[in-house]
Amino acid sequence: MLRFLPALTLMAMLGPVVAGLLGALLPASGHLPAAGFHGPSLLAVRQLLDWPGLAEASRLSVTTGVLATAGSLGIVTLIVAGWSGTRAFAWLERALSPLLSVPHAAAAFGLAFLVAPSGWLMRLVAPLAGWERPPDMLIVGDSFGLTMTAGLIAKEVPFLLLMTLAALPQARGTPTMLVARSLGYGRMTGWLKTVFPSVYAQIRLPVYVVLAYSMSVVDVALILGPTTPATLSVQIVHWMGTPELSARLTAAAGAIWQAILVGVMLLLWRAGEHVLARQGRRWAAGGRRTHGDGVLRAMGLPLAVVSALSVLLGLVLLALWSVATRWRWPELAPSGLTMRTWSRHASGISDAAGDTFLIAGIVTGMALVLTIGCLESEHRFGREMTRRATLLLYLPLLVPQTAFLPGLQTFLLSIDADTGRVPVIAAHLVFVLPYVFLSLGDPWRAWDVRNATVAAGLGASPDRVLLAVRLPMLLGPLLTAVAIGVAVSVGLYLPTLLIGGGRVSTLTTEAVSLSSGGDRRAIGAFALAQTAAALLPFALAIGLPALVYRNRRGLRG
Amino acid sequence: MAEGLNIERVRIALNGESLVSLDAFIRPGEVLTVMGPSGSGKSTLLAYLTGTLPPAFQAEGRVLLNGRDITDLPTERRRIGILFQDDLLFPHLSVAGNLAFGLPRSGSADRRARIEDALSEVGLSGFGQRDPATLSGGQRARVALMRTLLAAPGALLLDEPFSRLDADRRVRTRDMVFDVARQRALPVVLVTHDAGDAEAAGGTCVRIGN
Repeated sequence: MLRFLPALTLMAMLGPVVAGLLGALLPASGHLPAAGFHGPSLLAVRQLLDWPGLAEASRLSVTTGVLATAGSLGIVTLIVAGWSGTRAFAWLERALSPLLSVPHAAAAFGLAFLVAPSGWLMRLVAPLAGWERPPDMLIVGDSFGLTMTAGLIAKEVPFLLLMTLAALPQARGTPTMLVARSLGYGRMTGWLKTVFPSVYAQIRLPVYVVLAYSMSVVDVALILGPTTPATLSVQIVHWMGTPELSARLTAAAGAIWQAILVGVMLLLWRAGEHVLARQGRRWAAGGRRTHGDGVLRAMGLPLAVVSALSVLLGLVLLALWSVATRWRWPELAPSGLTMRTWSRHASGISDAAGDTFLIAGIVTGMALVLTIGCLESEHRFGREMTRRATLLLYLPLLVPQTAFLPGLQTFLLSIDADTGRVPVIAAHLVFVLPYVFLSLGDPWRAWDVRNATVAAGLGASPDRVLLAVRLPMLLGPLLTAVAIGVAVSVGLYLPTLLIGGGRVSTLTTEAVSLSSGGDRRAIGAFALAQTAAALLPFALAIGLPALVYRNRRGLRG
Repeated sequence: MAEGLNIERVRIALNGESLVSLDAFIRPGEVLTVMGPSGSGKSTLLAYLTGTLPPAFQAEGRVLLNGRDITDLPTERRRIGILFQDDLLFPHLSVAGNLAFGLPRSGSADRRARIEDALSEVGLSGFGQRDPATLSGGQRARVALMRTLLAAPGALLLDEPFSRLDADRRVRTRDMVFDVARQRALPVVLVTHDAGDAEAAGGTCVRIGN
């Protein structure tokens, strides 16, 4: 059984992606017999090309994706290079880590409440500017997608920061910097010239994930993105929801085009790395000790603080709106507090929370069993995971969601499988498995295997070693992996929407569906409930080991 | 049947290059000391004897414990106890929980009694409910020793088990280990790079590596 788990895991992770891409390729070539289209024909491609927004939507996908990736990577680089080891950095690290699990949709809503013309920042400025009413500006939904890009950056900075901090010890950051600085290099220049190359080599795949995700994100784009035209991925989802069946062909062609766009941009990014590396080597060999160190360092901290504050303030505004009675412009706080919004939506929230946790629980449980099975079979049969296998883990995160989920829905319909919870669970597993595996893999492999030898020497079978020694000793990392799995599942929008066929409502789908209505109180309540659902498991992951092992000093960090 | 641990013409190689070759017979209560610099293949030999040699190695020869061929048995069925240089007490279990882990199944009153006897044998009466992390290095080493012995092994492997202790504790712990092994008539393989350990062991000493 154990021997087959790695293959099973791979199938659970890549099967839906492959089925989804194939399920998009056929309709994209004009073949969708269920709807009466028999290909191959250029019908789908022609319909896509006939859409007047195609060039603009494609450009938006590229610019928002590249800007969000470069922006978040840039902020993380500046802050780590300029400030790691300082007290400000320690504070920032503590502020940013929990933001990692704040769902994208909630962060986007919070940002909208902050920067919209009627939002909190404008209220702050209004008395100074003498505005009587909210200024007539298009901030949320601007046609360049800048607000959407800002929202993505605020959410990706915590992710890339965590990845960078995990890479630093292996990149030997501290001793390397000591050498560089003793040779007279400034803090920023020294870090960029010596540490950055090896750190980047380790966070390359997470950076690609950010690029692929930002180019094709749907929920953030629905909340903060432009509408005339919408981004390519949002348009694909619109086509999928159109009753006319021929729109499915257009959606399939769009999905393939989105996959091509992301693939090309990943290749271009890789090429850009080569060019930069060459320039960088020449720059490093040039011997200049400082290169704008003061300015770069001074930029890093405020950028990171603004990025953290925009999410934190956004969450505060969501909470305030959810309990606000009247909140007139340009007042900075509501005139009174009430629980009316919460009681009005109590049943809606608890129903959605039920489905959210049911799906997240089952998916995370499956991901955990598969991951432990793979790691244990690696341990028992002595098969080390290769670099290529690590790439496979990242693969489902590198294929844009809008490229394979529409096809997966079409595929499921064509084999007469029903939409609903079970397929949604399978679709969530594609995204949850890699994160659970990546989170548990390192602590699992760092466990001292001599413990297993000692236990076996005492007569314990491999199963008993696993259940009575290894898993209890790894309780902390196991719970962290569970928390990450639940947070990922809770935050997923598109898989629930498309594969659930509209019949599965989670806190995320409910919250995002409110975005067009503009009911700030309801949005505040649902987005806050969504955030709580993602954060709660992390509180448990921290609290539970401390409680269970309160009398075991060896297991408390 | 010959009582003792018989290591019969064992040769271990990695990529065709021979690392260890050993032919030895250790009678009950005797100690075989294996000495060699680090990287000489000492831990490879121990991994072979415990059945945890990575598949990349090629091994030939046989190991017999009290006449029973254990060469191809999995670790948990060899009945070979091992002590590493770290005590490796399981941090999630109490001292008594660690001792109970290796104890063969029996009634709970009997188990409690045997655990208490084992603790008092090494001067740790009443330590059963303690968290192992709150014990001193010497106390932990003694708990680890009794944990190994309670599993009733047929032989004992020692992987530099005294090297983490300070000089004073080292001598006392070492004497205690050799004493209890002799009392229980266990064949012992001691791997060390410390000449004092080899001298205290008093048995045959072989050198491997250069």
